[in-house]
Amino acid sequence: MTTFLGMPATAPRGVGNLRGDQTFPEAAHDALGNDQMRRNLRHATTTIRGKSGKVIGELPDWQRLRDAGSAIKADVMARLPFLLEQLEQNVTAAGGIVHWAADANEANAIVTRLVKETGSDRVIKVKSMATQEIGLNEALEEAGIAPVETDLAELIVQLGHDKPSHILVPAIHRNRSEIREIFLREMPGVDPALTDDPPVLAAAARRYLRETFLSTTVAVSGANFAIADTGTLAVVESEGNGRMCLTLPDTLITVMGIEKVLPTWQDLEVFLQLLPRASTGERMNPYTTMWTGVTPGDGPQNFHLILLDNGRSAVLADEAGRSALHCIRCSACLNVCPVYERTGGHAYGSVYPGPIGAILSPQLTGIEDNASLPYASSLCGACFDACPVKIDIPSILVHLRNEVPHPRGERAAMKAAARIMDRPRLYASAQRAAKLARIAGRRGRGLPPPLTGWTASRDLPEMPSQTFRDWWAAR
Amino acid sequence: MSASRELILSRVRAALRDALVVPEVPRDYRPAGRPVDLDVLVDRLVDYKATVHRIREDEIASTVEGLVSGAVLVPSGLPQEWRPAGALVDDGLAPDRIAAAAAVLTAAAVAVAETGTIVLDASPDQGRRIITLLPDVHIIVLRPEQVVAAVPDAVARLDARRPLTWISGPSATSDIELNRVEGVHGPRNLHVLLLG
Amino acid sequence: MRIALFATCLADTLFPEAAKATALLLERLGHEVVFPFEQTCCGQMHVNTGYQKDALPLVKRYVKTFDPYDVIVAPSGSCVGSIRHQHAMVAAKYGDAGLASRASSVGERTYELSELLIDVLKIEDVGAFYPHKVTYHPTCHSLRMTRVGDKPLRLLRQVRGLDLVELPAAEQCCGFGGTFAIKNAETSSAMLADKMTNIVSTGADVCSAGDASCLMHIGGGLSRLRSGVRTVHLAEILAATES
Repeated sequence: MTTFLGMPATAPRGVGNLRGDQTFPEAAHDALGNDQMRRNLRHATTTIRGKSGKVIGELPDWQRLRDAGSAIKADVMARLPFLLEQLEQNVTAAGGIVHWAADANEANAIVTRLVKETGSDRVIKVKSMATQEIGLNEALEEAGIAPVETDLAELIVQLGHDKPSHILVPAIHRNRSEIREIFLREMPGVDPALTDDPPVLAAAARRYLRETFLSTTVAVSGANFAIADTGTLAVVESEGNGRMCLTLPDTLITVMGIEKVLPTWQDLEVFLQLLPRASTGERMNPYTTMWTGVTPGDGPQNFHLILLDNGRSAVLADEAGRSALHCIRCSACLNVCPVYERTGGHAYGSVYPGPIGAILSPQLTGIEDNASLPYASSLCGACFDACPVKIDIPSILVHLRNEVPHPRGERAAMKAAARIMDRPRLYASAQRAAKLARIAGRRGRGLPPPLTGWTASRDLPEMPSQTFRDWWAAR
Repeated sequence: MSASRELILSRVRAALRDALVVPEVPRDYRPAGRPVDLDVLVDRLVDYKATVHRIREDEIASTVEGLVSGAVLVPSGLPQEWRPAGALVDDGLAPDRIAAAAAVLTAAAVAVAETGTIVLDASPDQGRRIITLLPDVHIIVLRPEQVVAAVPDAVARLDARRPLTWISGPSATSDIELNRVEGVHGPRNLHVLLLG
Repeated sequence: MRIALFATCLADTLFPEAAKATALLLERLGHEVVFPFEQTCCGQMHVNTGYQKDALPLVKRYVKTFDPYDVIVAPSGSCVGSIRHQHAMVAAKYGDAGLASRASSVGERTYELSELLIDVLKIEDVGAFYPHKVTYHPTCHSLRMTRVGDKPLRLLRQVRGLDLVELPAAEQCCGFGGTFAIKNAETSSAMLADKMTNIVSTGADVCSAGDASCLMHIGGGLSRLRSGVRTVHLAEILAATES
């Protein structure tokens, strides 16, 4: 029994935001009809690709940094139990309290209990993928605690009763005029003369959140990195909302996936070069806060670190897929993905969209719950080239497709095709038969599904009068 | 709690049953120790909308007085001769008093030329983190010997056990159409007084 | 040099001109081309759709058919990519270590056409004549899996009469992706629409590529649009002469 309990487990159903209500093609259908969103996404991803390419070009050792980052992450996976225990020991020694959460339900329960113990009915939040993943806001609200998102994009999403669509910029699908409308509609006390000038919008968020920052006694954050050999946590951000949350309250609760640990302090020299350039296309993001436990007289005097599994052990168990855990949440793969650019993030149904989401979400939930995601890619490979830690996303997609339960009709057709292709004579006669069978016409009218998908916007090629092998044989 | 601890650790050990080989980490990227070019630092600071003043140490107080008209907050360990007239010393001030200051003047721990980054480590001449967060203007005094070439140099110099704040330009966001816009929650104006 | 031709199932069946051009070009350059009739398909469609086990016989067939040859060429960056990067993986998973090592070895000897010409045969000017305005789609697998780089462009720049015009956002996927074009037909069409807009914007009368599969996709879209732009495989341009 204990052996069974100790087996890697996927993220439970019924909690959190890792599963969509629709398959990817169904959800993409809706998104593809939204021209405004596609224009917003194209504009944003084109901008970021240009910026990122420029600052990456400034580093002559970018590829060597990628190699180092990739190897450090592989090392982390290989030594994860040791590193987590070392991290726990060092955080505890520095005055922090470490909790372990096997899944989303347990993490939500721990956070809720910790907040209640402080007596606060409100928490301020730094943008965090882990807390989005586990549905922490929903759990807190259910317990009568108001979570306030303080990152500008998260605030736009929260005020707009929307869902995040990008790892780094959750409101990437919104343009400035839509953001203005959301603020005018939903932001208490907003200036009715608000314009859609981005600095004006940013100033409105500053005014709106200032009092909340100063009066809230509990903050919840994620972590970009946790250093095992020092117990140091790091949060990388831009606006200063992170600094507010990590500095002002009495109590700080950090929820971190177990894969985020790094072995040594020195490893930061690699990741602090990789992350900003791959992510926002900056040489360095405006603010990074690092803290080790509790510092008397400076910052929160109560620090809790929650180490979250929620399916990560299951990802780790798959030799061919585990490098999905190397992800540092930079979003570079989203920004270069031709599929993401057209469908947006909501189509992926999970808080982790884009290429990394297509390999991470199915592994976290178990593949049957996200079976269409591994196919949400043309395998063009742009994500692999962009990934700062060199996750071979296309190969993992191919691996996961091999694990997906296949439709019966497709399975039969694939088996038949392989059978024919393994018999050259049968294959040659099938080629000839195909030529005779071309009754559908060039536009493919009358073709059965799924081939109608092809001919909706493309003609089929003319059937040649002779196959190559027949021509060669006749030479 | 400890039940989940054992559960997670046993899951992870089970997941690693194929005994992953611990890879050698290739660290052939550019190491610490390259020469420092102050002009690169200035270029990068200016590029991210910080204002740089290259002055002598005896000009600090007068420069600050020229930049700020209201109360200037300083950490208790800031050298006396740097302080502008009427400086407000942080001796455990309440947040509203800190927020009311027109500016804050601090020293720094390290600066990274290649990225235009200044790191504070909460030493007495930099103060607790809150004082550099709430005022709208942050003025940082930087000595040339505190400037290093790149990120690896800074990581090597810093003490992980201190609270660290890495600052690259004023508060900014890229959340609206992925364009960098200065000025959200942190100080909207960053002045760097580079001595030398 | 004696060169074995892997025609690829798609060119063999639907685009024989690409395979013919590959053979005729190499013969014109003085090489001996052999076509082993036991060849069929590299199995990429099976591997990429999630049927690796079903691809095993095709991997075995490829290895057995081409192992006797020192140099193998295919007019497809995508099939070569699959042979080099997937065959050994499938062989190791469902076959045995011996097959995997043979698959790696045959993969190393399998070249995409532009690689064969430039890296092995050391020739950039193949003596072709093609008096048309041409734009080139570099194809994802040629660029990012087989990594042929700018070799096709270097070959095209030497073709007499050819006016090569740059394709905007050339490195972006056309949306084919094998069964992706069917399983996610609408997203694929949206990608294709942008690719076609870029192709038409060049004013070229020919869009070329090193993969018949992408060309089938792009060509199918251009034909539906009645754009007047033809799709022609790289091999056909390189094989064309004045006579």
